[in-house]
Amino acid sequence: MFRPRIIPVLLLKDFGLVKSIKFKKYRYVGDPINAVKIFNDKKVDELAFLDITASREKRLISLDFVYKVGDEANMPFGVGGGIRSLDDIRKILKLGAEKVILNTIACENIDFVRHAAEEFGSSTITICVDVKKNIFGKYQVVCNNARKKLKIPLNEYLQMLEYKGAGELIIQSVDRDGTYQGYDLQLIKSVSELVTIPVIALGGAKDYQDFKDAVLKSYASAVAAGSLFVFHGPRRAVLINYPTNEEINNIFREI
Amino acid sequence: MNRVVIVDFGMGNLRSIGNKIKKLRIPYEITSDTKLIEMADKLILPGVGHFKTALQNLKSLNLFDILNKKVLFDRVPIFGICLGVQLFCNYSEEGNIEGFGWIDAEVVRFKIKDKLKYKIPHIGWNNVNVVNSNSLDKFINEEDKFYFVHSYHINCIDKSVIWMTTNYEYEFVSAIHKDNIYGTQFHPEKSHDIGMELLKKFAEL
Repeated sequence: MFRPRIIPVLLLKDFGLVKSIKFKKYRYVGDPINAVKIFNDKKVDELAFLDITASREKRLISLDFVYKVGDEANMPFGVGGGIRSLDDIRKILKLGAEKVILNTIACENIDFVRHAAEEFGSSTITICVDVKKNIFGKYQVVCNNARKKLKIPLNEYLQMLEYKGAGELIIQSVDRDGTYQGYDLQLIKSVSELVTIPVIALGGAKDYQDFKDAVLKSYASAVAAGSLFVFHGPRRAVLINYPTNEEINNIFREI
Repeated sequence: MNRVVIVDFGMGNLRSIGNKIKKLRIPYEITSDTKLIEMADKLILPGVGHFKTALQNLKSLNLFDILNKKVLFDRVPIFGICLGVQLFCNYSEEGNIEGFGWIDAEVVRFKIKDKLKYKIPHIGWNNVNVVNSNSLDKFINEEDKFYFVHSYHINCIDKSVIWMTTNYEYEFVSAIHKDNIYGTQFHPEKSHDIGMELLKKFAEL
């Protein structure tokens, strides 16, 4: 039986692993390669790495870093951060990444998604869509670390992404990031109903019940989280963790 | 001598397969050099991407004929992964183009009814049912899960080549085996220990 993936999302800043709250208040978590080793032992489904300052600094995520992850990772991994050309994608894939994660470039030039999908195959192209509620409670696509609003309405943008050949969508709620308030189930559900490609829920997960809700109530194909996998306890002590195989089977028992 | 050659035809993630073979301490090469392919004792044909592009690349790199020779005449064991195994088939809907035709099968797009529950591509972990067992699969249990990423799957016309099947709304062929030809729709190189074990069994053939 098909089992939804549970994906730790690891944020990189200045070569360290960090974690944010609502895309702000970055806190240093540790060495990313060490985290990969721990996640290997825990037999993680998949990993996602996002260099959150790359686009703003007009550079690509460190290829040396991707190389090191490629050496270590026993699981599929996706890489995002400052990707602007097909050549960037080619280099990242060659180093062992399973897929690339596009964000800024998709907002700026949606046709790039089509070029990338045609060149490397849709399943290689994941788009991270950052979504924020405006003061009227309406969902808006934001980019550049939530500094810029996209003019196109959310649904229209998502349909365009699917049409251009995106392989899957990470739907990230900026408002829930690092807050432990649970996923924005309404948002995830509306996206799952709109597109026929896999939808990955991200932003706000506090416990395994949230994974279950995202899949059962909102039809997410995969669930992703940051804080939940790197922090432990009320004081947010750094402790890399991941559900055991038995726990995962329990989470998704009802599907 | 047991020399594994991973055929590089510009499609997909070769490094992760190479790393896995390296961990098994088996000599290997990642190459598109026909001379090295000629000397191979085992072949791995990986692949991610579009069927048509893959065939064009195989032909422009002069790999099509040498692979035909190695597999059909020299009877060298070959393992196809994902798009790699799809290339073994007669034909693919993806690009309406003919493949190697080593196995009597065609490649078709998933036809899903419940589009809310079963998204395409089929990405994630899923079980396999061994239909026709061979020496490579003895360790596989029904709980074991492998990593899949694909929008197209194999339909076997010759049912005797079906090695494993997997369920995603309906049962599809997730592995094939015929004589020296093996292939899986899933990625053993991305499937933790269980996938490693499968590659090991193949490398030890």
